[in-house]
Amino acid sequence: MVASSKRTPLTFLVHATVLFLVVLWTIPTAGLFISSIRDKDQLSVSGWWTALSTSEQRLVTRAYEPKSQVQQGDRFVIRGNLLEGGSGEIARFGFSSLKPEAYAVGDVAEMKKGRTLQVNANGDYVLSSPTEWKGSRGQRIFYTAEVPPRFTLDNYREVLSAEGLGQSFINSLTVTIPATIIPILVAAFAAYALAWMRFPGRALLIAGVVGLLVVPLQMSLIPLLKSYNLIGEFFGVGSKTYVGIWLAHTGFGLPLAIYLLRNYISGLPGEIIESARVDGASDFDIFRKIILPLSFPALASFAIFQFLWVWNDLLIAMVFLGNNQEHLVLTGQLRELLGSRGGNWEILTASAFITIIIPLLVFFSLQRYLVRGLLAGSVK
Amino acid sequence: MADVKLTHVKKIYSNKVEVLKDINLDIKQGEFIVFVGPSGCGKSTLLRMISGLEDISAGTLEIDGQVVNDIPPALRGIAMVFQSYALYPHMTVYDNMAFSLQIAKVSKDDVDQQVRKAAEMLQLTPYLDRLPKALSGGQRQRVAIGRAIVRRPKVFLFDEPLSNLDAALRVATRMEIANLKESMPDSTMIYVTHDQVEAMTLADRIVLLSAGNIEQVGSPLELYEHPANVFVAKFIGSPAMNILPCRIEKTGEQTEVSLSAKMSVTAPITTQASEQSKAAFFGIRPEDLSVVASEEEGFLSGTVSFIESLGEATLLYVQVPGCEDMVIAKESGTLSIQRGEQVHLSTAPEKMHLFDDNELSYRR
Amino acid sequence: MAQLASALAIMIMGVLGCAAYFYGSNFLLDKLFPTKNRPYEQIARNLRTANMVRPWLFLGPAVLLLTFYLFYPVIDSFRLSFFDRTGDEFVGLSNYVWLFGSDEFFESFRNNMLWLIVVPTAATFFGLIIATMTDRIWWGNIAKSLIFMPMAISFIGASVIWKFIYDFRSGGDAQIGLLNAIVVFFGGEPQNWITIPFWNNFFLMIILVWIQTGFAMVILSAALRGIPDETIEAAVLDGANGLQIFFKIMVPQIWGTIAVVWTTITILVLKVFDIVLAMTNGQWDTQVLANQMFDWMFRGGGDFGRGAVVAIVIMVLVIPIMIWNIKRANAEMEGR
Repeated sequence: MVASSKRTPLTFLVHATVLFLVVLWTIPTAGLFISSIRDKDQLSVSGWWTALSTSEQRLVTRAYEPKSQVQQGDRFVIRGNLLEGGSGEIARFGFSSLKPEAYAVGDVAEMKKGRTLQVNANGDYVLSSPTEWKGSRGQRIFYTAEVPPRFTLDNYREVLSAEGLGQSFINSLTVTIPATIIPILVAAFAAYALAWMRFPGRALLIAGVVGLLVVPLQMSLIPLLKSYNLIGEFFGVGSKTYVGIWLAHTGFGLPLAIYLLRNYISGLPGEIIESARVDGASDFDIFRKIILPLSFPALASFAIFQFLWVWNDLLIAMVFLGNNQEHLVLTGQLRELLGSRGGNWEILTASAFITIIIPLLVFFSLQRYLVRGLLAGSVK
Repeated sequence: MADVKLTHVKKIYSNKVEVLKDINLDIKQGEFIVFVGPSGCGKSTLLRMISGLEDISAGTLEIDGQVVNDIPPALRGIAMVFQSYALYPHMTVYDNMAFSLQIAKVSKDDVDQQVRKAAEMLQLTPYLDRLPKALSGGQRQRVAIGRAIVRRPKVFLFDEPLSNLDAALRVATRMEIANLKESMPDSTMIYVTHDQVEAMTLADRIVLLSAGNIEQVGSPLELYEHPANVFVAKFIGSPAMNILPCRIEKTGEQTEVSLSAKMSVTAPITTQASEQSKAAFFGIRPEDLSVVASEEEGFLSGTVSFIESLGEATLLYVQVPGCEDMVIAKESGTLSIQRGEQVHLSTAPEKMHLFDDNELSYRR
Repeated sequence: MAQLASALAIMIMGVLGCAAYFYGSNFLLDKLFPTKNRPYEQIARNLRTANMVRPWLFLGPAVLLLTFYLFYPVIDSFRLSFFDRTGDEFVGLSNYVWLFGSDEFFESFRNNMLWLIVVPTAATFFGLIIATMTDRIWWGNIAKSLIFMPMAISFIGASVIWKFIYDFRSGGDAQIGLLNAIVVFFGGEPQNWITIPFWNNFFLMIILVWIQTGFAMVILSAALRGIPDETIEAAVLDGANGLQIFFKIMVPQIWGTIAVVWTTITILVLKVFDIVLAMTNGQWDTQVLANQMFDWMFRGGGDFGRGAVVAIVIMVLVIPIMIWNIKRANAEMEGR
């Protein structure tokens, strides 16, 4: 706009500032993601930013067990590689935890009873002894190595199987999909009626919807919890059901849904609707065959909203679905983990990333509709 | 049989605004009727009341001898072509035209047959599978007409169908509508426009509305030659008729009026003796005025204060002493007259119009 | 697998049930009051009846749900705020007396006010800055997309992300939290950020600002693009510099939008709950109203009366925005 007419150092400043802000905004998520695919031992001892570059680490491993020894002349020899096929470079090594860096690579370390240990930079080691190696466990070898970044999906494997996240994932889907579709249906019909049908009390209803738009849903929790208990008792099904949470999400999502869709639908050209009426279509036909297809952008944008909102919701799920493992949704699961496994970052980061991956996918693939919906909802 | 009859029809909105006051109109089967008038005169509302899209506040509407006030649009046997075409943007041309028949649950073969027949007639066959957005303005307009045709309505309603088209296309489409009418002599057509050229060229009869009233109903030439009042006189014809306040000096078969202290005219219009000395309005169309050489030959004289050369014609704006408004004269071809020159204007007596102080015409 | 199948079955049933209502009720209405192939008088009569009934068929579920889930609870919360912990016995104003006498309430009220001032201001400010700048660079859309991204992340997910950033390791251990690592890098002393009273509130607020800036940016960016270029060109011709154009020409033209963004975020802030619950659960002086209410609902079997009182306070804070919204919507409808 303005800047396009003049090329000044200001332009550079703008690029730099935006880049800085983008980095600032992206780093937290990036940190989470990188941490979640790091080895869990590394994760807890060094910052995630070190994972991107080669780092010097002190490590320990066990040599092969004595049964793998071979006799060469008068000595018994065990050969192997400390890095196990991984890449890296070893700088120093030792055989005792007291002196883990006692020897440089290539040196021959003299151990007790005439035994020797030699380690090369590429990780090859040779243990040699004049007598037969005994016991079932291998010799411990300490070494300092330059280790390149090492990434693994182990954390994900672990949380998906052991921490019940897979189950929660399905629970979240079970909650989210109907809780997205039902309000769309209900709201679309209501929005059409409020936009194009004439009946007494219409203006009042519209004002009501706008008013309810801002009611904090915390207001509703206590009375609803009481009602749910009553209804659950009456039907003998318990108060925490999927139907219950679908309807709750529908109820809480409706004001925004009706408001958004009414804005959009009332903006459709009136002549098209009149034309359909002259063509003999009833209101129901018009809604089904004209309004629904034409409102697709608005429906899509609300669907994305509602999807994100329901998927990310913690409060309603906690109140109306409860905390038992069988019904726990992803956000609830994550909170449980935060409480019980607060220090286990490998579990937390992987779980957190699983909970946000679906919304992120939805967000990046359907951003266009989301933005359109936001604008329809608030810019006027 | 598809007569349309309006008796004492009124439209009053909830805020007591009366947009149509006591409309009485008889439309015969096969007629092409044009509602014309300035914007806000209620012509579109009247059309929408006939279509059933607006309620009728009072009076009765009959189509085919049947009172249809409370009948929904689809059952009135009408079809409507909208200003914005109102094509369903998500349906192909074919589906757009078939929509009403599908709603009415007509059999698939019949739908196909009728849609293809209409498409043939409007040269739309190659476009049947396209969406409206892939069509030009003129083609969209034809689809809108085609959608009306397939319903085989008794009455066609057009709501300013040409106003979204550019000038060249408008002329072509106007002729197409005229042809369409010719090919369907039995269907009644009601057409709303604010454009008097459309009204003059298309109409069997024009209904001229203003501020919720019918000003005059008649054939285009009737309205042009014998406007019932000053409003009609000024609305039909371009530039508008010159209307000069005057006073009746002499009544009888030949009426003499004075335009100012010095100028008076005698027109072959009959007035009663009781009209003597009353204020009146003298009307003359610009194209009926011609420049003459001497003051004696003409009846109006004045200074040219402005000249517009249109090529095929020249408009002279003449300041006549004693008259407030300038008199416009339209001469064919180009003239060698300069600004500031004195000119004398004359006309044939039968072209003169005379309106009483209520702006109503003295019938000749 | 069985779980997945049953979940799928429940889902389909729920959605179909809803669709069946709309189809069925309209079908029934058309059958009860037919308007095809009948005498004209009957058509007219049936049509009138059907037209009177149909809007309510369309609106019915929405009105019922809104009433049950939002309207009735507001009324009932008000009523419950005068009752005891089980909601059975009328206790007059004693819940209110308790509320205004409790330190915890004043702490959460103060914190809420802080949130209300800081978060909308910061998010709108950053949103406006970023919107203005990204509109001028070729990779602006990518930048916007990335800054908008936290919008898709749940509060609880964001809490984990930021907890990781604020992570604290005592002693000489290597810091794995980014913030402390930076502090240490510059020679500072690492801190346990979220336990520092008062200031920890701001560390929690940063999370919400991080989430909401994208929202503000998207809307303000659209508003900025809606400013007629002529006004800016005229200002350039009048000799205004970049900053003057921004503050004197552009910002005044989008005041309305800024207000909308501000109030939208304000409402969100009043409901903020997940972040506090996950980060501190109100410890170390970070309690807010919404979390306090949740606490009272479930703490020791729950105290509905006290929970309702806190809810009423939140409601009262929202009411001015509600009235403003309704006025705006009405003005809009009359403009149509």
